[in-house]
Amino acid sequence: MTDDTIDIEEFAAQARTWLAEHMPPAPRVTGSFVLTSTNPPDDVQLARFEKCRELQRRLFDGGYAGITVPRRYGGQGLTPAHQAAFNRELVGYDYPAEIQASTFIPCMAVLLEFGTEEQKQRHIPAMLRGEEIWVQLLSEPGGGSDTAGAVTSAVRDGDEWVINGSKMWTTAARYGDWAMCLARTNWDVEKHRGLTVFSFPLTTPGVDIHPIELVNGSTEFCQEFLTDVVVSERDRVGEIDAGWDVVTRWLYHERTISGGSPYVTGRGNRAHDGPYDAFEMIATARDLGTLTDPRARALIGESHTLSLVMKALAESVSKKMAMGTLPAHAAAMARLFSGTMNIRRAAIGLELAGPQAAAWQVDDDIFAQLGSGYLIRQVSCIGGGTTEMARNVISERLLGMPREHRNDRGPFRDVPRGPEAGSTTR
Amino acid sequence: MFALTADQELFEKTTARYLESKYAPDHVRDLAGRPSAFNPEAWQQGAALGWTSLLVSEAAGGGSISGNGLLDLLTVAYHFGRHAAPGPLFPSNLVAMALARWGSDDQQGEPLARLIDGSATAAWCAPQRIDDPRVRGGDVSAHVSGPEIVLSGALSPVEGAGDASLLLVSATEPQGRSYVLVPVSAPGVHLVPLAGLDLTRRYHEVTLRDVRLPVSARVGQAGAGDTYDEIMFDVLATLRAAEVVGALQRCFDITLQWTRDRYSFGRPLASYQEIKHRMADMRTALEAGAAITLRAARAFGDSNPDASVWCSAAVAYVGRVALEAIQDCIQMHGGIGLTAEHDLHLFLRRAVVDTQLGGSPADMTQRVVHLLETAQGAQR
Repeated sequence: MTDDTIDIEEFAAQARTWLAEHMPPAPRVTGSFVLTSTNPPDDVQLARFEKCRELQRRLFDGGYAGITVPRRYGGQGLTPAHQAAFNRELVGYDYPAEIQASTFIPCMAVLLEFGTEEQKQRHIPAMLRGEEIWVQLLSEPGGGSDTAGAVTSAVRDGDEWVINGSKMWTTAARYGDWAMCLARTNWDVEKHRGLTVFSFPLTTPGVDIHPIELVNGSTEFCQEFLTDVVVSERDRVGEIDAGWDVVTRWLYHERTISGGSPYVTGRGNRAHDGPYDAFEMIATARDLGTLTDPRARALIGESHTLSLVMKALAESVSKKMAMGTLPAHAAAMARLFSGTMNIRRAAIGLELAGPQAAAWQVDDDIFAQLGSGYLIRQVSCIGGGTTEMARNVISERLLGMPREHRNDRGPFRDVPRGPEAGSTTR
Repeated sequence: MFALTADQELFEKTTARYLESKYAPDHVRDLAGRPSAFNPEAWQQGAALGWTSLLVSEAAGGGSISGNGLLDLLTVAYHFGRHAAPGPLFPSNLVAMALARWGSDDQQGEPLARLIDGSATAAWCAPQRIDDPRVRGGDVSAHVSGPEIVLSGALSPVEGAGDASLLLVSATEPQGRSYVLVPVSAPGVHLVPLAGLDLTRRYHEVTLRDVRLPVSARVGQAGAGDTYDEIMFDVLATLRAAEVVGALQRCFDITLQWTRDRYSFGRPLASYQEIKHRMADMRTALEAGAAITLRAARAFGDSNPDASVWCSAAVAYVGRVALEAIQDCIQMHGGIGLTAEHDLHLFLRRAVVDTQLGGSPADMTQRVVHLLETAQGAQR
């Protein structure tokens, strides 16, 4: 380990040479679950995750995995500026996009902050080598926006904990190795005070994983049923009953997928804009013979304008937060805008395609994407925290308007719950 | 909102304080009844604060704060919007920029110096750029006759012509469109005031009847008008967007305070989630509008190949979202928001003229697509 850090320019130049020799070019269409209509069958999805492991291993062997992670955990001990430089060089190459979230953010980031030395030594190098893919067991079927209202329970039994409950909206749980899981360890205190975070292998007996089919056919998300899952005390992350402190940072790191994380390689899991890319839309209108129609042009222009505003807003909000002219809660504005922008773009895509988005030739992938992209469009206002919650955060935390009335102040045991959530209480 | 450095912040503060002291809403209302809202002394003081030199290079007698004068000027435009302030901020700066970039040594002498020190102002008689039957812009034609260039025609609406001593006139010559610097006092120049929404920003129809000037009155090359306009309209678009963001900011501030002070059914309006969520949307639109405007100014300053896309997108976005947001401010005020006595309309008026003149949001949206196609064609 050397004391002087490698110059960014030099690092970028080395990366450029290395990438050209070692990494394959990016696949042409990299749709995300939001955009992909032709959801690949399970074996193709599995193969892609295996490919991610292999690509991650290549990065590791080349010295480009965990660029900002300390060397003692298998990283490179360099700065966020080095990671940013590498990400710039990476454009045009394939990389393990699908495992950036949840493995590196939030899971690795949370371990770096809250993990024991033993946990860090054990898991972080394995993550960086592509050997451990991590998933998040956070949301619950009865939870919605109320993450702290988790009712999955963990009961201590000597040096072990026994976990029971159900988790939902886990990305790629079927292809993961380890899970980070939030559970309730104390029902007699206020809801934020009785939570603890655990980690365990997804192969642990009692972990039952079921894919959830979304309206566009995607099976990327899963629900997990946890029945008497035994977790070792040494796999607890953070202090007992202080899980909310961990989750606060967990959620923070999760949000950095839209920019600003030192742990994300490339553009993270973020997809190409797919059929909503302005040039794709122009091509679509040209194919349909509507490119000279001012109505079609107005739609394309509006869509592209919104994309530019999103880009400018994300940049400006993170810059102002870094300068201290905006508080951390300001990130909710970028979240809200991305939600409203994406639903508008989905509507624009539908209008542009018109009848073609309702019924299309089987191999016409663009129209399939525009059609089913519209079906699933509210995902952008729901996933990763609803826009309603973002509006609450902005109005209450940023504008100082009165907080919403809440009915969950006392011991969690006494907090009213709907019949569904109540049934898993013990 | 637009200040990023300590120097810009200081500049913004002085401008904000000055406008605050000079243009209280009641004073703006008073100005509405006068033939001209222009105050030459106040404008010269503004020039002394730096309002008029930012788009002019140091070599030509100007200078910026950050190295990107348009970025600096956004803070002034923003506060003009916040106060619905009078004064030829856009036309005088644009004409000064044109003289500094393309003008002859003579034009960069006294005429430019007077625009920068604020002792004179200028108006930009812009061409009708878009094929829109609603724009009754007209056209000015020009031909060279011996040592003279002769101009005839009309352009409208022209901001600030009534107070200006110089007009930068778009004129079509046989070899293409050119710009000509025309003194308002030249024989054959006629101004007809127009009616309009803004209380302090006035517009005229400018008619030129056989106006004869030395050929040296041309600004830049004959026939280069279309090239110059790419820059002129990009700068104008960015400034318009910044001013609209300022107007929205003022309405937002007024409305946020109102939601706290106004009680209905025993609770402040601010405690209703419906109101909170609309204020959150508005706050986000404000931030997003400022962000794209800032990004446009930066792209322009950096001479990015896609700068025109950013500048057009700024108006395309801000123009639409801000008008709706300001109307929503009125909605949240209820009946009082519809009265002339309330201040909200002062800023709505400014926002409307800013968004509709010089390329509407719809026009700018079309321009975004046109520019994308051009860029795509160039890549192939």
